[in-house]
Amino acid sequence: MKKTLPLIIAGLLALLPLIGLSSYWMHILILVIMWSVIGMAWNLLGGYCGQVSFGHAAFFGVGAYTAGILYNKLGISAWWGLPASIFIVTIFALVIGYICLRLKGPFFALGTLAMGVILRVSAENLSGITEGDLGIMIRQRTWIEKTWYFYIILLLAVIAFYLVKKVVESKLGYYFVAIREDQDAAESLGINTTLYKTIALCLSAVITGTAGAFYTNYMGYIDPKIVFALHDISIVTIMVVMVGGVATYWGPFVGAIIMVFLAELIRTIPKLGAAHHTFFGILLIVIIIFLPNGITGDNPKLKKLLRIGKAA
Amino acid sequence: MLEISNIDVFYGDVQVIRDVAFEVKKGEVVALIGANGAGKSTTLKTISGILRPRKGEIVFDGVPITKIEPYKLIEKGLALCPEARRLFVEMTVDENLDMGSLKGEAKKQREKTREMIFEFFPRLKERRRQLAGTLSGGEQQMVAIGRGLMSLPKLLMFDEPSLGLAPILVREIFDIIKKIREEGTTVLIVEQNTKQSLSIADRAYVMETGKIVLQGPGRALLNDEHVKKAYLGV
Repeated sequence: MKKTLPLIIAGLLALLPLIGLSSYWMHILILVIMWSVIGMAWNLLGGYCGQVSFGHAAFFGVGAYTAGILYNKLGISAWWGLPASIFIVTIFALVIGYICLRLKGPFFALGTLAMGVILRVSAENLSGITEGDLGIMIRQRTWIEKTWYFYIILLLAVIAFYLVKKVVESKLGYYFVAIREDQDAAESLGINTTLYKTIALCLSAVITGTAGAFYTNYMGYIDPKIVFALHDISIVTIMVVMVGGVATYWGPFVGAIIMVFLAELIRTIPKLGAAHHTFFGILLIVIIIFLPNGITGDNPKLKKLLRIGKAA
Repeated sequence: MLEISNIDVFYGDVQVIRDVAFEVKKGEVVALIGANGAGKSTTLKTISGILRPRKGEIVFDGVPITKIEPYKLIEKGLALCPEARRLFVEMTVDENLDMGSLKGEAKKQREKTREMIFEFFPRLKERRRQLAGTLSGGEQQMVAIGRGLMSLPKLLMFDEPSLGLAPILVREIFDIIKKIREEGTTVLIVEQNTKQSLSIADRAYVMETGKIVLQGPGRALLNDEHVKKAYLGV
């Protein structure tokens, strides 16, 4: 049961488009799955390896722009961005890792945060390559229907899920957890911490990057402020994992469902505007206080709470 | 086996180790004692490659190790049982022990070494599937020592093994250290617990403000006037 559960859930999700959901609902589903992919990627680096990144928008944006630039400059399909982003994002991850991974804890977080901002400003100003603030528009999208987009991101999610699971259950996973728990002790036991942190960063970045490349294809328009956004990408990524459960397999999925639905819900409140970030902030505080391990991580605690609710 | 020749170590611009030189011979138990801030732990950190000396050289088993990456030292046979244990608290006892034997010969001998460690510490065998963070302080220290032994070291270094332990456990830990030496592992021990460490050490060095001020056989230092006054409180 436990082994086949991911397949059953993926299968059920795959059946969803057949029941004739409206375009809006398909959009929501696609967003949920896309955010799960990004969350799983972040979780590998932040949850298992303990390197909290505040700059995952950097990798998302590089992936998105890889697809966009291939289409805009070379005139080939933006779908080539998916395989191409694996290569390009790895290079970026190696450079960013070389600079940031020598920092520990909060300093690493700040370093990655800066990297996200640097890439956004670069993308805004290198208009010869990126079209700057005008952004890149995919003039003709591949499909009008959302069904295929859904299947593509679902496939990405299944691959990401099994990749993360495979890595975490391998020798690598042990090394990552050892580094998270105590980097100096890990080093003294013969683990090349720089190497393994770099591996975690590259894997995490590549998964995030392919999600970015998918985003370009799906949304049909990107600009630096959207894909390199600090709060709308980097911070939301962290929240997806925190809300769902850090260092759990299902956490990012649960977190993505909650965050996407919450965002939609808050959007429907009239005249709220940018104040909706306040709600996210309050939610984050509540979660950190009451469910520090996230919904998946604090599952038993949550069940207990609900049972008390029922009895009363 | 381990020769430290005239090292100077700095934290930024502050010099904490001044011209320290000592050696550990094969089969010995050597103790490095001194008060807080004398530079004992810094010396160990320098040997394990976490800090680099600005001057001087460290030679282990005939090979200079001053410029070697810290993670490579364990394969050369130099293991550290760090201060405050530094276990992986969210891993089980067994997993912590596995982490001590990641490569080469240590990995091949893993199950054999584990059995030996369980003979040393029968209590760990009962708790092998328990998370390390849920063990008592003494048991955690046993895991830390076990983890160090798992790499089949030629030289095992202990940083404050008695830290935060009840007196009866301290004695138990020191008995184990004696046994480890009898099994053929050389031991370097850094301690504030002067009496215990001097009584098991073949030779000892006393550090004060970054320098070695006294040296000699452990028993002899126990009777040294300066040591008695400064560290034993008699």
